[in-house]
Amino acid sequence: MGATNHHTLSALVENRPGVLSRVAGLFTRRGFNIDSLAVGPTERPDRSVITIRVDCTRHSVEQVVKQLYKLVDVIDVHEVLPESAIERELLLVKVQADAERRSEVMKLAELFDARVADVGQTSLLLECVEHPDRLAALEELLVPYGILEAIRTGRVAMTRSSAPEGESKTRLRVMG
Amino acid sequence: MSTPTETAVAAARARTGRMTGAEAIIRSLEAEGVDICWGIPGGAILPLYDAFMACDHTVEHVLVRHEQGAGHMAQGYARATGRVGVCIATSGPGATNLVTPIADAFLDSTPMVAITGQVPTHLIGTDAFQEADITGIVMPIVKHSFLVQRAEEIPTAMRAAFHIASSGRPGPVLVDIPKDLQLTEFDFSYPDEVELPGYDTDWITGVDQAAVDAAADLIARARKPVLYVGGGVINAEATDELILLAEALQVPVTTTLLAKGAFPDSHPLSVQMPGMHGSKYANWTMHRSDLLITIGARFDDRVTGKLDAFAPGAKIIHFDIDPAEISKNRTADVSLIGHLNETLPALRDAVLANRNDERIRHQIDWLNEVQGWRRENPFRYRRDGSTLKPEYVMEAFDKALRGKDAIWVTGVGQHQMWAAQYLTIDGPRRWITSGGLGTMGFGVPAAIGAQQACPDAYVVNIDGDGCFQMTMQELATARCYDVPAIHAVINNGWLGMVRQWQELFHDERYSETDLFGTIPDFVKLAESYGCLALRAETEAEADAVIAEAIAARRPTVIDFRVDREEKVYPMVPAGAASHEMLDETWENEWVEDGV
Ligand SMILES: Cc1ncc(C[n+]2csc(CCOP(=O)(O)OP(=O)(O)O)c2C)c(N)n1
Ligand SMILES: [Mg+2]
Repeated sequence: MGATNHHTLSALVENRPGVLSRVAGLFTRRGFNIDSLAVGPTERPDRSVITIRVDCTRHSVEQVVKQLYKLVDVIDVHEVLPESAIERELLLVKVQADAERRSEVMKLAELFDARVADVGQTSLLLECVEHPDRLAALEELLVPYGILEAIRTGRVAMTRSSAPEGESKTRLRVMG
Repeated sequence: MSTPTETAVAAARARTGRMTGAEAIIRSLEAEGVDICWGIPGGAILPLYDAFMACDHTVEHVLVRHEQGAGHMAQGYARATGRVGVCIATSGPGATNLVTPIADAFLDSTPMVAITGQVPTHLIGTDAFQEADITGIVMPIVKHSFLVQRAEEIPTAMRAAFHIASSGRPGPVLVDIPKDLQLTEFDFSYPDEVELPGYDTDWITGVDQAAVDAAADLIARARKPVLYVGGGVINAEATDELILLAEALQVPVTTTLLAKGAFPDSHPLSVQMPGMHGSKYANWTMHRSDLLITIGARFDDRVTGKLDAFAPGAKIIHFDIDPAEISKNRTADVSLIGHLNETLPALRDAVLANRNDERIRHQIDWLNEVQGWRRENPFRYRRDGSTLKPEYVMEAFDKALRGKDAIWVTGVGQHQMWAAQYLTIDGPRRWITSGGLGTMGFGVPAAIGAQQACPDAYVVNIDGDGCFQMTMQELATARCYDVPAIHAVINNGWLGMVRQWQELFHDERYSETDLFGTIPDFVKLAESYGCLALRAETEAEADAVIAEAIAARRPTVIDFRVDREEKVYPMVPAGAASHEMLDETWENEWVEDGV
């Protein structure tokens, strides 16, 4: 039923034990592979947001959104469309950099608004919060220096205030 | 056993006072109007069972012989009445024995609350004795579950569980309660409502008129419409509304295995069951149709056969309560979410406002075409004078109980399909079968639960010799509580349905399906359980034992020794298109052309 594409879903859930398993389990059970997953608190202590990125067809994403709504702990689900949202990941990357190459790497970091989080004898630890595509670009540029370790959080996303209501949120009124 | 009065329930809801968690569970059951529940005690649920004896209360507990039986009895009760069925088990193995009925209730949308004991909170996560993470195990097969963390949460968890199980699309909810919380005292009061921000069913109420008009418009332009009816109609209690709609439309009505009884089998518009062992005329009607008016059905693969080839020329109207069913397997042209007892009358009004003589002419032609298929291709079998045909048993039972309030329950296999083909079910909640999960062993306990729900009805469990042996220990329960359901074992000495596939698709390699010679003497077995035990090997004997069993009004087992080789026809082979049905050869057969 059509070509697969990346989709980012944002689920507002009750902050209860087991809710992450329920949400993640639903994806596995229906044959989805999760590319990225981020869970975190929101402005309310009794609510969390789970941001999930999957590669699937439009038809499947509509189905999975409806299935997510059926979970009693899920309050709201919407798809975040890239053109009307801010998407971010955090990258921590340890790059080989002795005293000689240190400034070169730091310059590169500066270009990407990355921060030097730790300096070692022969390496630098950078942290960078950016759009995932930019992080990929940074990583690529760091490869020639030697990446010792790299790790990323899952993607989080928030719709811009300027986005017209209804366009960015494919809101579906759905029940259990 | 009688259902509690409204005043009794109101009094139970208003009750307050200091009590243990265990008593709070019982008071919650009373507040939910629960009159009966099924289970087996054990360590982690002992305080609850102690409270059953120590407190004065109105909830009857039925001791079963295997927790699977408790679950299916709760299902039988729920499906016969529409009320929530309640089953209880201890932690670990007790809870895991409930997994099959929970999955069954999930797939067949049966309202059920399962209460399980859990090891004490301080032992959770330590691999304690009889610890099983039951909320984790059942996660994909429950509508919701609760692991209660504090005794004070018991009333809210119970209220939420009953609300979730019975509202919207019904389903099973599990409440897991650690033993120490059952022993903890707190001040009980029962909530009227529980806040569930992620569970909103209010919006389902009401009718989207634009969707109704769009559906009526499709109907007005259709030449070969058919009502494709699923179990949702039974859950919605919308049979009357469906009959009125069908009669206003004058279109053929096909009812799925789960929907048998949602529309009367004997109604002239009924074309009975579609699908793998459905009628040829139902499958051809769907295949040739240009509009499926889908009501509370879900395009299950046993109905559609090869999905791409299913009803290829039909547009789809889909009415349901669950948005996740819309366009899941087959894209809907018009869909409407709502309560069927609201949406069906709205559609009927719109259709009646839209009367059109040309459409009526086309539909008369269409009905005539369908009736022609039906005349030429009835369900049929060959009697041979020497063996007892299973189909004959169905017809004999059907005749014997015609006009009486009968509830039919089945196992899973050939006997189930013959029952579906040959029994006439004219009302909802009078046909109880395991459809989605296809659970062997469902019959005996589900029949007991249905009989306990409806003590005056004639309950008949059409079972297989294989199925019967999976849950026959519940005959002890039937005997203890004097539950007069009749268990009719269609004994062919085979795991017959599997054997049929082996004969047809695996070159007659009967791998591990022959039960003959290892089957216990069901008559002696039933006698040892204190049941009336009968046997029939011929048609005359069948007629006689059926009459005797119906008159007996006590737990009864009948061993019907039937033709061992009989197969269920017609049949859509797995993966084939639904109009391409295998059948035996019949004279005067109408062969469907060019589809
Ligand atoms: C618990 C379970 N195990 C296995 C199956 C697969 N299965 C479907 S029908 C069937 C045979 C049933 O035999 P029996 O009860 O004798 O009924 P018959 O088909 O002979 O009428 C089997 C093994 C099942 N549906 N359920
Ligand atoms: Mg058999």
